[in-house]
Amino acid sequence: MNLTTDVAVVGGGPSGLTAAAGLAAAGLRVLVLDREREAGGIPRHSDHTGYGLRDLRTVMTGPAYARLLANRALEAGALVRTSAMVTGWAGEHALDVTTPEGRLRVDARAVVLATGARERPRTARMVPGDRPAGVLTTGQLQNVVHLHHGKVGTRAVIVGAELVSWSAALTLRTAGCRTVLMTSEHDRAESYAAFSVPGRAVLRVPVATATRVVRINGRDTVESVEIEDLRTGERRTVPCDTVVFTGGWIPDHELARAAGLAMDPGSRSPVVDNALATSRPGVFAVGNLVHPVDTADVAALDGRHVVRHVLAYLGGTPTGAEAIPLRAGAPFRWVSPGLVRPGAGAPPRRRILLWPDEHRAVARVMVTQDGREIARRTLPWPVSPGRVFRVPSSLLSGADPHGGPITVSLA
Amino acid sequence: MTGGVSRSGPLPDGTVDVAVVGGGVVGAAVARELAGREHDGRALSVALVEARPDVGDGTSKANTAILHTGFDATPGTLESRLVRRGYELLGGYAERAGIPVERTGALLVAWTGEELAALPALADKAVKNGYRQCEIVGADEVYGLVPALGPGALGGLTVPGESIICPWTTTLAFATEALARGAGVLLNTRVEGVQRDGGEETVLLTNRGPLRARWVVNAAGLGSDAVDRLFGHERFTVTPRRGELLVFDKMARPLANRIVLPVPSSRGKGVLISPTIYGNVMLGPTAEDLRDRADTSTSEEGFAFLVDKGLALMPELLKEEVTASYAGLRAATEHGDYQVHLDGAERYLVLGGIRSTGLTSSMALAEHAAGLLAEAGLVTSVRDELPEPPRMPNIGEAFPRPYMCDDLIAGDPAYGTVVCFCERVTAGEIRDALASPLPPADIDGLRRRTRAMMGRCQGFFCGAEVGRRLAPVPDSVEESR
Repeated sequence: MNLTTDVAVVGGGPSGLTAAAGLAAAGLRVLVLDREREAGGIPRHSDHTGYGLRDLRTVMTGPAYARLLANRALEAGALVRTSAMVTGWAGEHALDVTTPEGRLRVDARAVVLATGARERPRTARMVPGDRPAGVLTTGQLQNVVHLHHGKVGTRAVIVGAELVSWSAALTLRTAGCRTVLMTSEHDRAESYAAFSVPGRAVLRVPVATATRVVRINGRDTVESVEIEDLRTGERRTVPCDTVVFTGGWIPDHELARAAGLAMDPGSRSPVVDNALATSRPGVFAVGNLVHPVDTADVAALDGRHVVRHVLAYLGGTPTGAEAIPLRAGAPFRWVSPGLVRPGAGAPPRRRILLWPDEHRAVARVMVTQDGREIARRTLPWPVSPGRVFRVPSSLLSGADPHGGPITVSLA
Repeated sequence: MTGGVSRSGPLPDGTVDVAVVGGGVVGAAVARELAGREHDGRALSVALVEARPDVGDGTSKANTAILHTGFDATPGTLESRLVRRGYELLGGYAERAGIPVERTGALLVAWTGEELAALPALADKAVKNGYRQCEIVGADEVYGLVPALGPGALGGLTVPGESIICPWTTTLAFATEALARGAGVLLNTRVEGVQRDGGEETVLLTNRGPLRARWVVNAAGLGSDAVDRLFGHERFTVTPRRGELLVFDKMARPLANRIVLPVPSSRGKGVLISPTIYGNVMLGPTAEDLRDRADTSTSEEGFAFLVDKGLALMPELLKEEVTASYAGLRAATEHGDYQVHLDGAERYLVLGGIRSTGLTSSMALAEHAAGLLAEAGLVTSVRDELPEPPRMPNIGEAFPRPYMCDDLIAGDPAYGTVVCFCERVTAGEIRDALASPLPPADIDGLRRRTRAMMGRCQGFFCGAEVGRRLAPVPDSVEESR
């Protein structure tokens, strides 16, 4: 079966649904393709509050937020097809889709990729040992507990101490499983102080910093993990029956790579400019696919941001000047967007997003171009690994539009 | 006794003609072969006896999955002969039964002068093994065949016939056909002792009670020496040789469109890079002799070794994500050949020390076993009107899978309902596996039948959903463990 639409949005999470709502409200035919049985993305199984702050100016639980965004897209006139898995490209702006109603070929005039990100599982982190059941990611854990009301064990070790790791601890508590240890390879726990203090108090989870998991033991079910203190090299065994690997984000970028889009080696995301346009004209990328990962509301605001640019593309507006590469300097692994196109306006939320590999108490941001410092500013929030560091895009305003690559780093 | 799959409870009464101990690829092939034969006008009754909850759940599930030409076997050995014969038999059977095979070809790559100098002898050896298609090529051609190789290749030897095959489907196809031919598959059944009464029957003492058999074939793989001792022999000792493997993301597949083999040299056996039938790329194996016959854990040292080798062999590969890592145990012995011994008086045959070539040689071993049993008095002929070979569900990446097939989905929407996104496994395939003649016992068994949850997310998205679909059909695994 062949379908035509103005815009195909791949992925019905916060960014895709928000983009779809905006594009449909602007009068375009919009088709959202989501492979899950219900649209809404990751928040569907994140059963705690805190969603919607930046985009909706309110807070609600993940499932309520997911439903609201899906309803808004529908009310705006977008078509949302669930159980619709995009399996490949059938053309520059055409997609092959598998649905229970059959195979579809969707011909669009523009495509918005909003496929999100996932956590690296144990295998991708190359943690050796036995391969028993009871080793999961936060995503799988929350799916099991919140969507399927399944059971997990009674003693868990959480690998990682990011925001998502505490979310995993909450889910484990709901499921009656005690978190006996949380490990972080960094010298201090990565997550917001605001979360980890009550987290430690309420959940009473001990955090082992500068610690990595070096082995999992147990043939059929997990019996223990072996951990190493990175400072001393000392190893010890922690008995447990569940191991949750948290964070370690990687974008679901397979469709982007299959299109041959330019990719960022740091984030493994498609490279986008301030208009969220990829290297293929008419293909845009939004949300945690391009910044793995920021919060859901930030992802949603990408969706709002891209609307104007998709409209401009479909209206035949030229993309404008040659883009300048934006590069991540130490201690950052990646920066998003990866291109600054003069004349295309500010990036989403007027922010440049960066992923730090180290903790810094004071953030002295430095922006350079062609060996010249074009801005320096101390920002009043710390640099913490495991979460995005946001820099006002106004720091780029001194860049030479005809100059070379711009680097953002810490002084 | 009657056929069918049994995972718990007492064993069926009565005496079987042949008990095949070990439900790996070799045992399953032997059971299939013998179940298709008759003796004195009566179909042989066959029981396939397996200690684990599933067939193909030991060494057969964790190997390099190559359909070998046998070009590098030791000429004149039984292994050389059976690999060559098995290559033809299994290649043909795979087409009939729908076992995915890809004729990728292989390339041995020489990285040192010593390795380069060894190539002509390898080409000669191939000829002695009856394989004449090898060709020595220069460095330019090596890079032409596999452009992603790291710098420093000096030359190579092509082996166009080397192929990749699905080891899981192979074992399942054999066992499924054995069932269709009337055999019994007794799972969770560990042979712990043997009683001989001097007559025509052997009693196998198992954790599920006694099993009486007129003939016994030992295809117990890593346990084949232990079972051989139960029959009073001291002929060989299995030293489990652990091979760790890394499986890289499907995005890496364009890097390796053929098997890249090391040249055996004084530096020891190197590692290979191979495309997998599921669309990934594999790097390995390590080789480490162990004592523990159940230790399939992976190790820090193994990973470090493989990463090091991989960086030299194909640097681009190491930039991709690792989707899976596993370790298999090869049933190595102190002998240079398969340990196949017939004990006519005891009505006992051992097929031991079958190393990593056992996947390729499995059907030839089964044919050979039938011949040996005939020598000892169990003369059989192939039965008329055997059922057609099963048509196995395709889990190979190079062939159409249900999610791609409009006509299948039109007839049954479950084939259009993708449950495991990374591997594109549909609800229909999972349902079919659970309803198959030899259903999975657990999530690993389901993975081997459908690929569900073996992809890059390892269950992040689908783990709960797949688990839920498996849950309503728990066999009696737990109570029988």
